Amino acid sequence: MTLTIDTRNLDAAAAVSAPEGTLFRFATAGSVDDGKSTLVGRLLHDSKAILADQLEAVTRTSTERGFGGESGGIDFALLTDGLRAEREQGITIDVAYRYFATPARSFILADCPGHVQYTRNMVTGATTADAVIMLIDARKGVLEQTRRHLSVVALLRVPHVIIAVNKIDLLDYSEAAYREVEASVRLVTAELGIAEVLVIPVSALVGDNVVDRSERTPWYDGPSLLELLETLTVIDDLDERGQATEAFRLPVQLVLRPQGAVVVAPELADSYRDYRAYAGQVASGSIKVGDSVSVEPGGGTSTVTGIDFAGVALDEAFAPQSIALRLADDLDIARGAVIAAVDTLPPITRSLEADLFWLDPRPLAPGARVLLKFGTTVVQALISAVTGRLDLTTLAGEPATSLAVNDIGQASIRLSRDLPIERYTQNRRSGAFLVIHPQDGATLAAGIVTAPGEPTRAGDGSGAGSDVSP
Amino acid sequence: MRAPPMTTALVSTSTSTSTPTAHRLSELDVLESEAIHIIREVVAEFERPVLLFSGGKDSVVVLHLAAKAFWPGKIPFSLLHVDTGHNFPEVLEFRDKTVAAHGVRLTVAKVEDYIQDGRLVERADGTRNPLQTMPLLDAIAAGRHDAVFGGARRDEDKARAKERILSLRDEFGQWDPRNQRPELWNLYNGRHTVGQHVRAFPISNWTELNVWRYIERENIELPPLYYAHDREVYRRDNMWRAVSPVSPPHADETVELRTVRYRTVGDMSCTGAVDSQAASVADVVREVGVSTITERGATRADDRISEAAMEDRKKEGYF
Ligand SMILES: Nc1nc2c(ncn2[C@@H]2O[C@H](COP(=O)(O)OP(=O)(O)O)[C@@H](O)[C@H]2O)c(=O)[nH]1
Ligand SMILES: [Mg+2]
Repeated sequence: MTLTIDTRNLDAAAAVSAPEGTLFRFATAGSVDDGKSTLVGRLLHDSKAILADQLEAVTRTSTERGFGGESGGIDFALLTDGLRAEREQGITIDVAYRYFATPARSFILADCPGHVQYTRNMVTGATTADAVIMLIDARKGVLEQTRRHLSVVALLRVPHVIIAVNKIDLLDYSEAAYREVEASVRLVTAELGIAEVLVIPVSALVGDNVVDRSERTPWYDGPSLLELLETLTVIDDLDERGQATEAFRLPVQLVLRPQGAVVVAPELADSYRDYRAYAGQVASGSIKVGDSVSVEPGGGTSTVTGIDFAGVALDEAFAPQSIALRLADDLDIARGAVIAAVDTLPPITRSLEADLFWLDPRPLAPGARVLLKFGTTVVQALISAVTGRLDLTTLAGEPATSLAVNDIGQASIRLSRDLPIERYTQNRRSGAFLVIHPQDGATLAAGIVTAPGEPTRAGDGSGAGSDVSP
Repeated sequence: MRAPPMTTALVSTSTSTSTPTAHRLSELDVLESEAIHIIREVVAEFERPVLLFSGGKDSVVVLHLAAKAFWPGKIPFSLLHVDTGHNFPEVLEFRDKTVAAHGVRLTVAKVEDYIQDGRLVERADGTRNPLQTMPLLDAIAAGRHDAVFGGARRDEDKARAKERILSLRDEFGQWDPRNQRPELWNLYNGRHTVGQHVRAFPISNWTELNVWRYIERENIELPPLYYAHDREVYRRDNMWRAVSPVSPPHADETVELRTVRYRTVGDMSCTGAVDSQAASVADVVREVGVSTITERGATRADDRISEAAMEDRKKEGYF
């Protein structure tokens, strides 16, 4: 979809997002049929982000299928349910990404499926989200899938959680009904430790409180959903002066060493003969030329002599820039290494405790040999024990010895070599990993580090990543 | 294509340290770094990547990003184009010029060869887009490519909107939309078994407008037909079609000279032009920003065949 937006005060050049506009990513979640896809369609439609030919196609298909009623005969779910099977079955199977912008900011929207069988796709949509909109059918209240998705959102620490209590039109816009759902969902989010929750009564089908505030809910005086999305902060760990607060981490993707095969002007080629730089995307923090860094594996230290961004030498770089770093010393650094601000690396360990979202139909049993991917490192690992499982009815941990598909559980993991392991709560990028099947390469689980194991060697850092929680 | 930063000396962008610049990137910078990260991941994890390069704006942008990703080194993979035989001559000329400027190798797989020796049969409607799949898969197998970069964007089509950034394909190149691998955080899993390969889409999250703004910002050269020019056209399927040997007008179609431009450049037999006065990149950015019709809706006859035309072609191994 191309962006056009807010034609209410359209000036050709200003209608497109501001050049320095921020990018905000959000995902939908909630049980099947609670109205996720309809909400997304309504949001796109009412913010004028659906172009004429798309609207025409959707209207035509809706009419063919006899869709009638409140939305002017448009089945908004058809805007994102783009697969043939999805349209035939009227469900969402996989995440649909849509793009739109308002004068305030640009959005990447991930419409996720609700079926338990497609939880892996919901987790996919949620891992990159700045905000999740959790839909609840006001008539049904909190369901098991609501709790499962809220648990995912809580463990992933998605920065903003919005609860949309939907289909309020079917309850005659009753405040009492809304308050009841609101109270029960707040119990769940409190139980899960989600600090800040914003609750909005909406009708995705009719459009109440989606883009414009509704007159049919006079008892609600908060913002519309879009107003909220436009004003939530993009959580990127900046202080009030806009400076990154997390410690610098650069997982090395590859070493740039062109050895004469350079694209610079011929008269400069000589000065690039010995060029050597470590390419990667800054995972967290910032770095300046002259700063000291440590490198794992190896524990070496050096000084940054240059930061290159495709021929532009930067004085400073920060997350999430893709850069190439030059160092003063010739250290042994290859793909998989981490370059970090000196004195910030966590202890080096060979084991860890983790929360796992098990996404594969084959269950996890203790003793399983798997691969873990942390940043750019892939390491062999052994699941030494499954230590628990989340009961989605009570939201309490229960003992378990194995994990089945769509379970959220805990495991103890041993690694085949030393790694600096960081808690997810300390660093969302460094503390997340994939569990991969060693033979067929399938992604078995999303993992987050809850505690690094016994240090085999001290890191160079004092606090970060140690066993002391912040 | 002009690649401004790549041929210049190191320039410092020093800023005074008394007022630190905020550690926040613009939308285009976020998308650019995301794409470079993806390109580098694929190059690091795969043996023999290749980039599908048509000379169209999206593949030109991916090539530009690849050049940035490996600066000051050369792009460490080759390019592949599936030529339908119905391409615009000025695009092919631009393609070859660009390939030469980057010092990379280009392989061209020709649909025409397949039609000549009978492996493929010309369709009744003359459209050759769906015929690209077989030469593409043969070229991937012949080059033993385990990763294939493409310039597809999720905003182009409702099936593309569903595809992963790293999309696993079986040995027939088929996409199984019901069974995609989870894609978590920015941790891409490129593992695959023998016979499988991966399609990688670094600009998945870019919109048409992001692409044009980037072309403007980076001063990237494109084939001239992306900008307003006078051309002999006739009306078919609600689009302006170019008069050419492979797309002649029917007797009842009147030819006129109009000022048009192309929003996508594909096969001449199914790509339409739009009325436009946008002669410069700034004009195009403005035009795309207020357009009320999607890129493919305005210009691609092949996607109008059925509601799920793109999905069906992708399942069969299309890009
Ligand atoms: N009355 C009413 N129906 C709704 C509302 N939102 C969604 N629906 C209907 O609920 C059904 C499921 O919606 P859908 O968006 O596909 O749910 P999803 O599975 O969460 O994506 C469809 O028939 C919608 O038309 C609403 O606000 N009011
Ligand atoms: Mg849905």
